[in-house]
Amino acid sequence: MKNRTSSSIPLAVQTLTKQDFTADQDVRWCPGCGDYSILAQTQRILPDLGIPKEDFVFISGIGCSSRFPYYMNTYGFHTIHGRAPTIASGVKAANPDLSVWVITGDGDALSIGGNHFIHLMRRNFDINMLLFNNRIYGLTKGQYSPTSEQGKKTYSTPMGSIDNPFNPISLALASGATFVARSLDRDPAHLRGVIKAAFEHKGTSFVEIYQNCNVYNDGAFFTYTEKETKADNTVFLEHDEPLVFGKDADKGICLNGFKPEVVSLTDGAHTPDALITHDQFAEDRTLAYFLSRMTEAPGLPHPIGIFRSVENPCYEGMMTEQINAAKEQMGEGDLEALLNAGDTWGVE
Amino acid sequence: MKKQKQLIEEATIMFASDSGGGSQIIGTQMTEASAIAGNDVATLPDYPAEIRAPAGSLAGISGFQLRFSSLTIHTPGDICDVLVAMNPAALKVNIDKLKPNGVLIVDIDNFAQRNLRLAGYNSNPLEDDSLTRFQVIPVELTRLTREALKDTDLTQREIDRCKNFYALGMVCWMYNRPMDYAFQWLKEKFATKPQYIEANTLALKAGNIYCEATEQFATSYEIKPAKFAPGKYRNIEGNMATALGLVAASQKAGLQLVYGSYPITPASTILHELARYRNFGVKTMQMEDEIAAVGVAIGAAFSGALGVTGSSGPGIALKAEAINLAMIAELPLVVCNIQRAGPSTGMPTKTEQADLLQMFYGRNGESPLPIIATSRPSDCFETVYEACRIAIKYMTPVIFMSDLYVAFGAEPWLIPKVSDLPAIDVDFPTDTDGFEPYLREEVTLARPWAIPGTPGLEHRIGGLEKADISGNVSYDPDNHEQMVHLRAEKVARIVEDIPPTEIFGESRAELLVLSWGGTYGAVRTAVEHKQAEGESVSHVHLRYLNPLPKDLGEVMKGFKRVLIPELNLGQLRQLIRAEYLIDAIGLNKIQGQPFHIFEVESKINELLRGDV
Repeated sequence: MKNRTSSSIPLAVQTLTKQDFTADQDVRWCPGCGDYSILAQTQRILPDLGIPKEDFVFISGIGCSSRFPYYMNTYGFHTIHGRAPTIASGVKAANPDLSVWVITGDGDALSIGGNHFIHLMRRNFDINMLLFNNRIYGLTKGQYSPTSEQGKKTYSTPMGSIDNPFNPISLALASGATFVARSLDRDPAHLRGVIKAAFEHKGTSFVEIYQNCNVYNDGAFFTYTEKETKADNTVFLEHDEPLVFGKDADKGICLNGFKPEVVSLTDGAHTPDALITHDQFAEDRTLAYFLSRMTEAPGLPHPIGIFRSVENPCYEGMMTEQINAAKEQMGEGDLEALLNAGDTWGVE
Repeated sequence: MKKQKQLIEEATIMFASDSGGGSQIIGTQMTEASAIAGNDVATLPDYPAEIRAPAGSLAGISGFQLRFSSLTIHTPGDICDVLVAMNPAALKVNIDKLKPNGVLIVDIDNFAQRNLRLAGYNSNPLEDDSLTRFQVIPVELTRLTREALKDTDLTQREIDRCKNFYALGMVCWMYNRPMDYAFQWLKEKFATKPQYIEANTLALKAGNIYCEATEQFATSYEIKPAKFAPGKYRNIEGNMATALGLVAASQKAGLQLVYGSYPITPASTILHELARYRNFGVKTMQMEDEIAAVGVAIGAAFSGALGVTGSSGPGIALKAEAINLAMIAELPLVVCNIQRAGPSTGMPTKTEQADLLQMFYGRNGESPLPIIATSRPSDCFETVYEACRIAIKYMTPVIFMSDLYVAFGAEPWLIPKVSDLPAIDVDFPTDTDGFEPYLREEVTLARPWAIPGTPGLEHRIGGLEKADISGNVSYDPDNHEQMVHLRAEKVARIVEDIPPTEIFGESRAELLVLSWGGTYGAVRTAVEHKQAEGESVSHVHLRYLNPLPKDLGEVMKGFKRVLIPELNLGQLRQLIRAEYLIDAIGLNKIQGQPFHIFEVESKINELLRGDV
């Protein structure tokens, strides 16, 4: 593993631009796909993160989103369906100095890779996962996904899908993820902010990005992304701020028992003090989970932003600690001694 | 009473009890004591998948077979001289393995009606005529152990758990084995529970004194040390040697070892062993499933570590897609398949070598991989080391095959000097000038191992077909065909690293016995016996299965016939026939048990008589 002096970093980084992170390959997503925006925001934010280009590794599984590493001029590994978290874990375990990113989709992360997803979340490697959720299978041409709403009519479900969808935010929180956020492909500024926060978080960062598939599921998130409807159907989470939303910031969320409900801030009955105040740093994940459930509740706005951001020890760091502790207790491994350990006898 | 001491060449003994009754422990103790006494040893633990089947039942019997000899031996023996059976079920399961006139030691306190019924005996075999062909030595093992330990503070249940050491004390007397090793082991094992050290030590001594005192035991035996090549030895189990080989390869290569695994019999003990070597920087990762286990190994390899995963057939099946990814990504990776009896879950605690074709062909598309197999516990170190060397030199996943019989067996191992181990050169390129991810080394066709963190060598790899040299995604038809040929050619060129085939016996003879894997011991011994009788038979044992040694075709031409004994339906035979158009003959056994020497001998006899 190479050592880098800290003084050399800013010099190397200052010169980087979006162009440095753009690979020479033609991008082959459908024109109008939400993936273009996510790629552009990532390429724009990376030069600002203060680490050299060669230390970024982008790892993906299979699906439209998983072509992403080919378009990044960094180290990249386009792996197999659902398994990117496992390969990313190996990359990070072997070299904790790298900035490791998993690019995945709703089918890749939550269906075929569901098991790896929950275990990545609980292990808390310092890895960033961007999940492009378009609620459909794009690359295999239009089958329903584990985030498709029940009753979804697709090629594989002409009478409507039967199974209930996953809520990725709830799943990540329940699995113990230390950083959980949601953003939108059609809100570039917010998306850049969340990607940066995910990078800065030490531990596994999970970002669900609502992403429009304009071919197989066009407009799936328009209620939350388009100017006419966005303000009244989303609530942007800000730490230590009350949950206020609406075109004129005239509505809020307050608790009625265990039920969140929308209240008017103009009818004189409620003031912002009565609303839920967001605490993204709360060690207890109950509030974050509670907010994540609003996604499914009819009549409530979709929360967007950072649900939870809590520092916990990382897997790779604890592994290093064990190695150091073992070396301290037993001394640096001596191969000759290891081979000759136990009961030995000599033959002349 | 005057006791006799008789000099003999070798002995094979079997301890059998309920699983959890301590047979494995005292078997191991006796093995170590014999190895330290200078004998050649070979062991065969045989235990049920059930952790604790109902006490006294046939399903729950755990056995440990041990052979020790003043000669060089290759197997734990076909048949036992002594059987120590702690209850009727242990007797019933193993009595067929005791030779006529063999010594049968039984704990008669355990032969009550209930235990007899559990074992399926209608009448007490100690009282009817069914055991007259053996020297039956009934011992009140339970009562005697309780008597010996009556002054300790242990509960009766705890006292009864010391019975195995009482039995060990008896066997140590029979074979004039010093008990020092066992005393020392007890001190270490029960460092925090001194009352158990005392109790088991008492039991051990009491068993020994019992034999000295009673007329039941008239003769003890002495077995002289075996002749070994000069050097330093230790007794080693196959899986432990495999773990040491992996650590050694990583150290010699200057790479960190990342071992991803998911618990599975019989591979788990490699994980256990490696997990103890954090001070060597070894990163063992017990993952959520078999796929994740190979995934972390591949990720680690991409990062520049020695990535290794280990499992058994069912787990390897799950890993197949990821192994194929490492194949097309051309990353070094070592996949250890410690085979067990299949198909499906099969018989997890029984041995077999029926995964060979799975390793050759169990992946989609044209997916050639080097495959090497170990032959015995003391060979695991060198073979897995070789797997690591090939993986790094040729930038390819390598399959290392072992099996349960080898993995759990133990024998003396000539400890190699670290300086004598072959070099493993690692070259992480840093020169950006003319760098291409799939530009190949001329001789080996290996691509560069350019690792993340290296400035200017940023590149992308993946499972989609690669354009030659640039490694960009390519659907070009000619390129695809070329890449398929290149990947096959790369593996084929490993043949240059394979030493000439060693023929045990004449290079021209009537019969060649060709074997691979864990059948080595039985086959080699059978051929030794037949050669001693003047028969025209030779033996070749293959370590390299893909590619096969380049002289193998010529070697086989020196023989009128080729016999391939395998613990499967003829998988190597199929490959040999296809490759060389030789009408090889099979000897196939699929019982979850290794070959007996006599089985191979009878087949050789049959072929040499020509009455096939």
